[in-house]
Amino acid sequence: MKEPNDVLIRSVSKVAVVIIFTFAINLFISGHHYPGGGFIGGLAFSSAVVLLFLTFNIETVRKNFPVDFKVIAALGVLIAVLTGVGAMLLGVPFLTQAFDYFNLPIFGKTELATAVLFDIGVALAVIGTSLTIIMSIGDDR
Amino acid sequence: MNNLVILPIIIPVVIGMIMVIMRKQIKIQRFLSLFSMLAVGSVTLYLIFQIKSEGIQTLQLGGWEAPYGVSMVIDLFAALLIMVTSIVAFCCLLYAFHTIGEEREKFYFYPLFLFLIAGVNGSFITGDIFNLFVCFEVMLVASYVLISLGGTKIQLRESIKYILINILSSFLFLVAIAFLYAMTGTLNFAHLSLRVAEVGQGGLMTTVAILFLIVFSLKAGLFLFFWLPGAYSAPPTAISAIFAALLTKVGIYAIIRVFTLVFYHEPEVTHWFIGLLAAITMGLGAIGAVAYWDIKRILTYNVIVGVGFILAGVASFTTVGMTGALYYLIHDMIVKALIFLLGGTIIYLTGTSNLKDLSGLIRLHPQLGWMFFVAALSLSGIPPLSGFLGKIFITEGTFESGYFWLGAIGLITSLLVLYSIMKVFMNAFWGYTVIREEDEYGTTKGLLLPIGLLTTLTIALGLGAEAIHDYVDLAVEVLMNPNLYIEAVLGVNPKP
Repeated sequence: MKEPNDVLIRSVSKVAVVIIFTFAINLFISGHHYPGGGFIGGLAFSSAVVLLFLTFNIETVRKNFPVDFKVIAALGVLIAVLTGVGAMLLGVPFLTQAFDYFNLPIFGKTELATAVLFDIGVALAVIGTSLTIIMSIGDDR
Repeated sequence: MNNLVILPIIIPVVIGMIMVIMRKQIKIQRFLSLFSMLAVGSVTLYLIFQIKSEGIQTLQLGGWEAPYGVSMVIDLFAALLIMVTSIVAFCCLLYAFHTIGEEREKFYFYPLFLFLIAGVNGSFITGDIFNLFVCFEVMLVASYVLISLGGTKIQLRESIKYILINILSSFLFLVAIAFLYAMTGTLNFAHLSLRVAEVGQGGLMTTVAILFLIVFSLKAGLFLFFWLPGAYSAPPTAISAIFAALLTKVGIYAIIRVFTLVFYHEPEVTHWFIGLLAAITMGLGAIGAVAYWDIKRILTYNVIVGVGFILAGVASFTTVGMTGALYYLIHDMIVKALIFLLGGTIIYLTGTSNLKDLSGLIRLHPQLGWMFFVAALSLSGIPPLSGFLGKIFITEGTFESGYFWLGAIGLITSLLVLYSIMKVFMNAFWGYTVIREEDEYGTTKGLLLPIGLLTTLTIALGLGAEAIHDYVDLAVEVLMNPNLYIEAVLGVNPKP
């Protein structure tokens, strides 16, 4: 395959990818009270990775990021289900969530919710699944 | 609230996900898959006793009360089916260990198998019609992969048809749910039942009911079974056995649940229609079973006859008919898995599925032959095996409700089923032995254990039907009396 040599897309995406990653995390965190959440955050995250795939090729990205996305998806589902199981251990219905307010050093009064753990699972599952799909379609082999 | 209710879904999901992470350790995967089926089975056994003493068990996910949250409801009907599912899945797994091949095992056979079971169990447990759709999809997506796993030519040809027809039916399912929600404003089964009873099941509601019937018929193979014979004969034996035992039964379960709990007000329209479809299904299935000389075809057409027969009991809509349908449903799950494993073993040993090329296997494999004989008798409902009781009750139910033609067709097709399966037995096992032991493609080593387990079970269910009689009766009581279900989910004197 011809080595891609697109100066524009390379220099733009190096910046853009960082912005998209930040935006994905922002979406993820705001999801508790505002539009956003694990699903859309995960999708935004994987769109950044897809941009990396397009700019540099899939092999280069995989060399620098050597994880199996199928495993990430499985881990995500495990985390999501096990947060529900955690509720069962405490004797309340499966998937019950809890939250409380804490005074943290920098953030001040902050709401911490166990739903975030569930959402992390969702995000990982979405990232793993979407990237697995794109890589199986995009791979020539 | 009872957290155990959700376990039959999450045990397979969690263990399946762990297996995806350790893809290469096949030994551990085998052990874990058996373990998860045992775990689900024992949890369900405990639940069965609990339901018997304390009534229907429910769980509101996340503590959100019904009808706003997602309810999980397990009554004896669902619990018995989950119990049988675990047993059948256990046996199919044992069979798969020796026959499925390392290639498929490495490509997530065991996780997919467990996801399929999770979807099936979820469909049985859920108390919410949208969640039923979701569990159907979990089950179907797993089955799409299982049916095409391995990628042989025939598998790919059949899987594309299977996937297309199921996507179409899922689309119709979603449309039907949307109609129902627009008319009633709820999706919870218990709440739906209350509201439909309140506004009455008028013409429009009955039309939606028929739409649901079409959707579930596509899944169950009731009349709309044109996709089934091809799809079920394509994958390897262990997979087609679990498909034959479980997938159509989930469609049947959905029909029974919806038409006893929600749309039970116009039985002369809806249940008559089910009866008509059941009669046509039995007739066409029996003709197919008699016509073919290919073992796999004969067996798949027998699946279709079974579906028609169970729904004949449902169509009668009497306590006796429902009891029969439940007995026969349990029997059918076991014996269809058994007969598919037996048929698959014959093909595995001889390398051909054409009856005309087979002869005299009983000299080399006496145990296999006699177990096939028992399974064949059980399939056609000869006493004292497990099919007999269901057949009696269903026939009685259809006569009681005045559908004499339906009962008659059921009995005639039973004879044709007996003929078709005896044709397999006589051609494959009787006559001169044309194949030498060293010419066979495989051995029965390890395969006889799961087959033997299922054979024992079908004999035990026939002889010991008295033992499960109390449980079946209680299950049918809930089906015939929707208020019990509603009270368990929404509490006493709920607001519609």
